[in-house]
Amino acid sequence: MRKSFVARNPSVLIFLALLGVFTLAVTVLGEGLGVGLISTSFVKTLGKTLCLCLVAIAMDLVWGYTGILSLGHFAFFGLGGYMIGMWLMYARTELIVAESLAQAEIPPTPDEIRDAIGTQIFGVVGGSDFPAVWTFAHSLPIQLALVVLVPGLLALVFGWLAFRSRVTGVYLSILTQAMTLALALYLFQNDSGLRGNNGLSGLQNLPGAADVPQSMVSIWFFWASAAALAIGYVVAAFVVSGKFGSVIRGIRDDEARVRFLGYSVEGYKLFVFTLTAVIAGIAGALYYPQAGIINPAEIAPIASIYLAVWVAIGGRGRLYGAVIGAAFVSLLSTWFTGGQVPDLPLGIYTVKWVDWWLVLLGFSFVLVTLFAPKGIGGLFDLLTGRHGPDRHGAALGPDQGSLREKEAEQ
Amino acid sequence: MRILLAALSFLVLFTLPAAAQDSPIQKLLQQHRDLIEQSSRRTIAPAIDALRDSGLPAAQVVLEKWQGKELWQRKADGLFFFAERIDAQTYRLVDIATGNETATAAKDEIEQLKPNSGIRGMIGAALVQFQLTDPDPARRADALNAISRDAEPAHLAALRASIGAETDPDLRARKERLERLLTISYDEDPAARIAAIQSFAGDLGVDARAALNPLVATTRAVVSGNPPAAENLARVLEPGSEALPKDEAYALLVAADLAPPRINRDDIRAALAANIQNGRVGSVPVAQLDTDAARERAYAELAEAGIVPATATEAQVAEALASHTFYERYAETDPEITAAAAAALDDIALKVGLNQAADLTLDALSLASIYFLAAIGLAVTFGVMGVINMAHGEFIMMGAYTGYVVQQLVPDYTLSILIALPLAFAITFGAGVAMERLVIRWLYNRPLETLLATFGISIALQQLAKNIFGTQARPLTSPDWLDGALVINDVVSISYIRIAIFVLALIFLGLFLFIMRKTRLGLEVRAVTQNPRMAASMGINPERINMLAFGLGSGIAGVAGVAIGLYAKVTSELGQDYIVQSFMTVVVGGVGNIWGTLLGATLIGFLQKGIEWLNPSNTLAAQTYMILFIILFIQFRPRGIIALRGRAAGD
Amino acid sequence: MKTLKTILAGAVAFGALALPAWAQDTIKVGVLHSLSGTMAISETTLKDTMLMLIEEQNKKGGVLGKQLEAVVVDPASDWPLFAEKARELLTVQDVDVMFGCWTSVSRKSVLPVIEELNGLLFYPVQYEGEESSRNVFYTGAAPNQQAIPATDYFLEELGVEKFALLGTDYVYPRTTNNILESYLKSKGIAEEDIFVNYTPFGHSDWSKIVSDVVALGADGKKVGVISTINGDANIGFYKELAAQGVSADDIPVVAFSVGEEELSGLDTTNLVGHLAAWNYFMSADTPENAAFIETWHAFIGDDARVTNDPMEAHYIGFNMWVNAVEQAGTTDVDAVREAMWGQEFPNLTGGTAVMGTNHHLSKPVLIGEILEDGQFDIISETDPVPGDAWTDFLPESAVLTSDWKDLECGMYNTETSSCVQIKSNY
Repeated sequence: MRKSFVARNPSVLIFLALLGVFTLAVTVLGEGLGVGLISTSFVKTLGKTLCLCLVAIAMDLVWGYTGILSLGHFAFFGLGGYMIGMWLMYARTELIVAESLAQAEIPPTPDEIRDAIGTQIFGVVGGSDFPAVWTFAHSLPIQLALVVLVPGLLALVFGWLAFRSRVTGVYLSILTQAMTLALALYLFQNDSGLRGNNGLSGLQNLPGAADVPQSMVSIWFFWASAAALAIGYVVAAFVVSGKFGSVIRGIRDDEARVRFLGYSVEGYKLFVFTLTAVIAGIAGALYYPQAGIINPAEIAPIASIYLAVWVAIGGRGRLYGAVIGAAFVSLLSTWFTGGQVPDLPLGIYTVKWVDWWLVLLGFSFVLVTLFAPKGIGGLFDLLTGRHGPDRHGAALGPDQGSLREKEAEQ
Repeated sequence: MRILLAALSFLVLFTLPAAAQDSPIQKLLQQHRDLIEQSSRRTIAPAIDALRDSGLPAAQVVLEKWQGKELWQRKADGLFFFAERIDAQTYRLVDIATGNETATAAKDEIEQLKPNSGIRGMIGAALVQFQLTDPDPARRADALNAISRDAEPAHLAALRASIGAETDPDLRARKERLERLLTISYDEDPAARIAAIQSFAGDLGVDARAALNPLVATTRAVVSGNPPAAENLARVLEPGSEALPKDEAYALLVAADLAPPRINRDDIRAALAANIQNGRVGSVPVAQLDTDAARERAYAELAEAGIVPATATEAQVAEALASHTFYERYAETDPEITAAAAAALDDIALKVGLNQAADLTLDALSLASIYFLAAIGLAVTFGVMGVINMAHGEFIMMGAYTGYVVQQLVPDYTLSILIALPLAFAITFGAGVAMERLVIRWLYNRPLETLLATFGISIALQQLAKNIFGTQARPLTSPDWLDGALVINDVVSISYIRIAIFVLALIFLGLFLFIMRKTRLGLEVRAVTQNPRMAASMGINPERINMLAFGLGSGIAGVAGVAIGLYAKVTSELGQDYIVQSFMTVVVGGVGNIWGTLLGATLIGFLQKGIEWLNPSNTLAAQTYMILFIILFIQFRPRGIIALRGRAAGD
Repeated sequence: MKTLKTILAGAVAFGALALPAWAQDTIKVGVLHSLSGTMAISETTLKDTMLMLIEEQNKKGGVLGKQLEAVVVDPASDWPLFAEKARELLTVQDVDVMFGCWTSVSRKSVLPVIEELNGLLFYPVQYEGEESSRNVFYTGAAPNQQAIPATDYFLEELGVEKFALLGTDYVYPRTTNNILESYLKSKGIAEEDIFVNYTPFGHSDWSKIVSDVVALGADGKKVGVISTINGDANIGFYKELAAQGVSADDIPVVAFSVGEEELSGLDTTNLVGHLAAWNYFMSADTPENAAFIETWHAFIGDDARVTNDPMEAHYIGFNMWVNAVEQAGTTDVDAVREAMWGQEFPNLTGGTAVMGTNHHLSKPVLIGEILEDGQFDIISETDPVPGDAWTDFLPESAVLTSDWKDLECGMYNTETSSCVQIKSNY
């Protein structure tokens, strides 16, 4: 008798309840609808953090559950942002241009309107013509579809090529890193048609909603991010809970054995890789309108590595771990770099956290990897009294996937 | 007595400036004072010419001092002096005619003349006639430099006259070459020019091409009927051909007033806007003017009514194009000279092409050696031990900063480099061993986590470097003997520092091969690489071997850091720039094989330079396409160029 | 619900009371410069400059009888973070004015926020123009205050006939080179005599590009390089120039992003004679400059530190703001803006800077030759040039003008006599 989905995943209900309470609290305390205890900029930060949690869930699926250490998921995140950003820029500029041209004596031709929008958008980077990638920028539904399709397709093609030729382990990590680097370098070029290093900006201004204050817009996006995170969490929990979940965990632990059991390992990997890319794309599409600007530096390899760091610190192989890691580290990072943390006088030297935060993060990350591979999520195991096998021992069997000495003793 | 002294000093004070004022050269300068103060290349010529042609003995010195920014002007009376610095606030004034000290002045009483480099060039050109026969070879070389920069027709005669008396063989060769170049440009006799032109056939010098190319420069022209016979015709152009698109051809006609201009969309719009009556233009309502077709219709109506000029129709344009001849003509009127120049340039072009290929190859080799040097340490840690060290780039950075610190302590650049190289090796070796002992050995069974842990170390080290050395780039200066470039000819050259890096890369290749093949350590490393358990049972301590191999790889990174710092920059982000390329190099080359790393570096170096050559205006694109190529390459050879086979391949 | 609101509001009020009482008597000045990440190399100096200026002003008794309080945040060279921090400064910290940003993209990121919240930003770096925001005062050079005069200098004083425009691939070089290309064409330079190359940030492999530039001389025309290469990449570029023996007399290089600070990472013996165009050089021989340098050395505690153009821009911008606030008698943004128009303050290089109604300064343009000690020898100084927000050398922007006083518009189309938009392009 199979237990129900919820019964197998008690964390889902708890998570959804907590997220609901959190959303309600922020709404009440925020400036848009509530008492204004939380500033709009902090609401935006929280909304962005929710998006980061969502992409961390995607990372956990692909790394924590399937064992593919992708160092390129921020490429998909960024692509999602670019897709929605194109529409936001185009539509906002179109309104401005239409208003300005309406004052002319002769009504503008469609070509003139398009040229004027082009000049407005690309004038700052020294161009005026619309590149081909902007073909659908006028249409919200198409761009929304592209938010899902572009990262999905890229992941599908890249994944198919990589998994087909059985690139695994660290090679795959390096390869995904190369992918995101190539994409970032490509977008850095002005010739790529997405405004080069400047990227797309002014995304926080919704077209046609110029009168709505940002305090309101930020709450809307916060809700949308919370909803996306909730759905993403449930989908991810569903994916990892059934037989499918067992297979991908099997792939993580010993790919060869799963293959010999007759499963199409490549197919499973490709599905997870593409699905997580789509989730990352959606997270990005919600993140960047809150950040206000997207540019190629966002998808530099370092961003994807930070993503792995969040998941590792939060605890791999458990969805709430990824969420906790992303929220904890990114908020802590905001706090430390914000300059609000008091300096730490050590007598001869005063520690300024703006300077030392990265050193602290780097070393604490090493410590977590060495001594607490389960991350913050491991604390929940302490609470529930669960013990995992100690994997420091040498392998019992002939290869690295086999049982270790200490496990065998238990 | 006192009165006498006072009178004397009064006299001295008065007469000296008066004497300075009276000297003919001072007078000459005062005559051109406005121009000299204005100090602009466009207007200064009369002043320089007057000095040059004055025949005054002091002219040469004044021109040289002026060129060297040693000529000053006293604010009070506008007189010119040479000035020597006594201390920060006082200067000794020297009379320009006699070279005698005249007075001292406070700094704010006088003003330095600062001729810009355009004027300095003109002064240099004016000085040529004095300097060409100067006993000092350095001055003669200056004169030759001045001629090669700003040649004037008058230089030809002076140069020819000076060749006979030239004793220095190098200078004589330069003079002869310059004489031939000037002959091409300025000689009156066509035969002499053609002979000079032919003497440069196949010459690689930029100066030769610079002299020849203006001879074959062409301009476009258009006439109705045949081109005038007096002109040196280069070729006739067909409108609509690739060399002359129809639009450009028509623009030429318009520019020559041979056809009426076409009216573009903006003009139409402006004309329509100017002729709105009762909400209509002609019979078309304004609201409908939002298409080009409607606008053209409205404009045609206006044209018919004679309010605006009619646009030229396609047929009229075609007819105008057909009834005229378009051609290119040479500025040089003698066809024999242009033919000779074209022939000489053809000869040169082939050789330049070959040499450019050689230069590109050198560049690519140099880039490959830099990548190789950066990656060789990684090849040890990643290839031999299967450990990903994301902090490898930071070891490179540590090496570079070691070089910087040593240079701060040891001011002699040669000595400091000699100290820095082994010291960088020692420091990064130590850091590598420490890292292996403290972190990596716990993670040998978890390669993905090694990657992340070393990444943590990488960001911490980078930030530490920022905290210690600041965010500014630090200077790491190469010794004098590494300055400059090995110039094979004007096309092929390579800087000594790159040659040094190349040699260093070769040394490390040799060293690596020696250690791996000929030493006990190498043997043990290979054994541990192939099968650690078997090696352990043969009495090898795998932990010690891993530690040493890791230290070795890190140490080489440190040395690479010194080299890279010498040719580029020393910042805390230095390592990051090389880490991805280094990984690519190792992965493309094939893990666990030094020859693979070498091939990988060569492939990437040549590929990058090749793509840059195809698209010279965008270096970023070259990097993008190179990475894409590598991604695709790995699809087809997932184990790299040289893949280990058999048991050693492992997994 | 209402009771809850009151309780919470009460809690906030209590929290505010707990703050030190003097906090309410200060005027807050936001400093929005990256202290970490890639831009920290340039921006940290500007943060220190601001702290110094504020300290000096406080010694003089502050502004409007109140002390100034610097609020320093670190946007970490992360462009979205600039927007976030700007919002935080304006809404949480309630600063009255901000001084900050270096890169164009960071300014574009901040623009929508300050325009929405009606903040005030002083931007101290030379930039590509094509912008005039209601809420920004541009104290750095617009293209007509740096690029165009330098190009004129090349054309007229050095007789350059062939141009290599080398730049880092981002918006400032792209737009500047676009403007220069069309300017050069208007001066009769043929398209094939303009060589353009873009390299990535931090590029280090310059040998081929430098050889390409040398090879441009093959048709007998004098070649000049206009460099908009940014930051670290300059070090490799100049090292390669020196290695290939490119003398300033043969191929002069004029740089728009290389100042004293950048040269301090280099041995300049082989670069003597190459040029830079700025509105300020440390070597300027005026008493104001000597005093400024002395204060700077005392503040930073290091006599080897150099001063540079953006520092002067902050110096002028800050002092103008102080005077405007005194004049308006309030720190209210709109009142200060109006008081800023026509505000005058002496330059460190002599003469007087004037703030125009298009929010750009009128400043003299200096051209300096690099000396052996890493300083610049000023060889040319123009009369003050008013900054032009919209360049006259691109067809789309030639028809635009900016005047916040009479036209009340930063992007006014003179052809159709209408305001294109009140907010900026971002």
